[in-house]
Amino acid sequence: MKARAARNRLSGRWLIAALPYLWLIAFFLVPFLIVLKISLSQTAIAQPPYTPTLDLAAGWEGLKAFLGQLSFSTYGLLLQDDIYLFSYLKSLQIAALSTLALVVIGLPIAYGMARAPARTQAILLVAVILPFWTSFLIRVYAWINILQRDGLLNDALRALGLIDEPVAWLASDTAVYIGIIYSYLPFMVLPLYANFQKLDETLLEAAADLGCPRWKTFFVVTLPLVLPGLAAGALLCFIPIIGEFVIPDLLGSSQTLMIGQTLWTEFFANRDWPVASAIAVVLLVLLVVPIAFYENVQSRQIEER
Amino acid sequence: MRRGFTPWADPNAKPIVRFDAVSKRYANTVAIADLSLDIYEGEYFALLGPSGCGKTTLLRMLAGFEAPDRGRILLAGEDIVGVPPYRRPVNMMFQSYALFPHLSVFNNIAFGLKQDRMPKAEIAEQVGKMLQLVRLEGLADRKPHQLSGGERQRVALARSLAKRPKVLLLDEPLAALDRKLREETQFELMELQSRLGTTFVIVTHDQEEAMTVAHRMAVMNRGHIAQVDTPQQIYEQPNSRWVAEFVGDVNLIEGKLAASANGVVLEDAQGRRFRAGDGAQARPGAPAAFAVRPEKLKLALAPPPADTLNTISGRVVDIGYLGDVSVYKVRLDDGATMKASVTNATRLAERPIGWEDRVWLSFAPDAAVLLTA
Ligand SMILES: Nc1ncnc2c1ncn2[C@@H]1O[C@H](COP(=O)(O)OP(=O)(O)O)[C@@H](O)[C@H]1O
Ligand SMILES: [Mg+2]
Repeated sequence: MKARAARNRLSGRWLIAALPYLWLIAFFLVPFLIVLKISLSQTAIAQPPYTPTLDLAAGWEGLKAFLGQLSFSTYGLLLQDDIYLFSYLKSLQIAALSTLALVVIGLPIAYGMARAPARTQAILLVAVILPFWTSFLIRVYAWINILQRDGLLNDALRALGLIDEPVAWLASDTAVYIGIIYSYLPFMVLPLYANFQKLDETLLEAAADLGCPRWKTFFVVTLPLVLPGLAAGALLCFIPIIGEFVIPDLLGSSQTLMIGQTLWTEFFANRDWPVASAIAVVLLVLLVVPIAFYENVQSRQIEER
Repeated sequence: MRRGFTPWADPNAKPIVRFDAVSKRYANTVAIADLSLDIYEGEYFALLGPSGCGKTTLLRMLAGFEAPDRGRILLAGEDIVGVPPYRRPVNMMFQSYALFPHLSVFNNIAFGLKQDRMPKAEIAEQVGKMLQLVRLEGLADRKPHQLSGGERQRVALARSLAKRPKVLLLDEPLAALDRKLREETQFELMELQSRLGTTFVIVTHDQEEAMTVAHRMAVMNRGHIAQVDTPQQIYEQPNSRWVAEFVGDVNLIEGKLAASANGVVLEDAQGRRFRAGDGAQARPGAPAAFAVRPEKLKLALAPPPADTLNTISGRVVDIGYLGDVSVYKVRLDDGATMKASVTNATRLAERPIGWEDRVWLSFAPDAAVLLTA
């Protein structure tokens, strides 16, 4: 009896430890292997629209035949048409520039929040999180309203006498940048705010005491100490922005072709599942670098506690 | 302590720090109330007082982190109110040490020197000297989180001394250390201070620490200074009941002054008369107290000769054995208690006074201090 209870307890503990791995295997590794498999297939007019398909009924021989038909030829296709390279680069460019802008905008916001009196801080924090209460899609649609020819922005600028003719904001890179910066700002501000708040006020006094003026203290003491938060925020924005689809699709033009849209086109318009899958696999490999960096930053931060 | 170092007694000496009628209040607490204080060059000066009496506030006003509401603060004769902290030639060692966690020990100590744009080679030399001074030569490349509490304390000290400040401010610098290390460090600080000749202003709530290290100390109470003097004077000649009770243990005998030809005579409520050797020209009939330190009371099992002055009798109700001394609590016949401490010069078994024993306490006239405040 006792031994069995102990064994049950042991397996229970084992299950808890294994849970995150089971989760990752079920919802990350398996789907990735399926996508990888599709990227190694060829298009076909069939259901599903690619060959080969794995026939488990055929047993060992069937598996061998299946593996023999897989090839990397689809990846060669990605090199032949400029559109893929173009949209990868465009995605990188948009992600890099908007992350930079997010840092520049997010830093003073987070700093100001952390310096505010305790009650104001709570209000400001809610204000930053509040947009999450409405659907992301609706918020992007709202930007269409704001940015269109006779939208809010043009009306406001005209009322202020800054422009005579309405500006075509929509369907441009600018609109995409505005949409991305707006949507991702909380992901930049929150980790930064947490770091600013942790910052020991007496360190700033110590810097002043040792002869360091305030503006300089920001760069030699404050900024280095919030760097982990800055890195976390930047990667939390950069990584998903690269794969962003909704914002460029709704606010951008044909010139703002990000990799997510190219993937969508291949998958739904061209029904070319292997190419779409290959794009996804390449994207993932490209993202492994910043993700690994992020992991590194995180674990270093945990170590220093 | 340097012999004959008494600049405060010299009427021509110019103080390096002068608080001149300084007041400071936070929202609804008065932190400093109309306080004046002079500190002289080369002094090791202690601010002593209970928690919340305004010691830190006073120090922070000197460092420039708080501005007084009223009054002037002079440093070497110049009013420094309004001068930002980074332009004041004073440095502070913070209670929490406030070491920069992202910088190595070397760079922490070099931080202040870099602000002065000192050439690299000179910085390295000065940091080396400071590391030697606090005996941390091998640890220049460590980060603060890789140091022990005592090592961090020494880095903080080295950092605050690196710029050779005119005045070094220390806010409870030893509070985080354990007792043994604290005592060692007290002596190191004294040695360091007399070697460098820098003016030290230390804040502490630990009277033993203040008395050990300081040339002079200011005893503070609720934003006021109750008394400023050398530790010996404050212990032997407290100027008020509050100071007498705050610094060390004391027995207070309350009563009224009586007319007398020689010395001061105090008559308590029971009509007992006590005599003190000296005292100001006291007005007969005024309420007053005699303060007698426990170690100045003589304790005897037999009544002293009938003509012995200042004798009281009572029963031992408590004995506190502290190792070097034993403290006897004696309940007098009128219900009041007095404390007498006796050096344990002999072994425990040979000491004859026990619980419930009737004892006679007496003190010499010059052991009592007359207090009217
Ligand atoms: N920043 C502040 N805001 C409000 N009250 C303060 C502040 N700093 C200190 N005080 C108050 O001022 C008084 C003196 O404080 P402080 O100088 O820190 O005392 P000490 O160092 O002697 O313990 C205390 O009553 C304290 O509560
Ligand atoms: Mg304090």
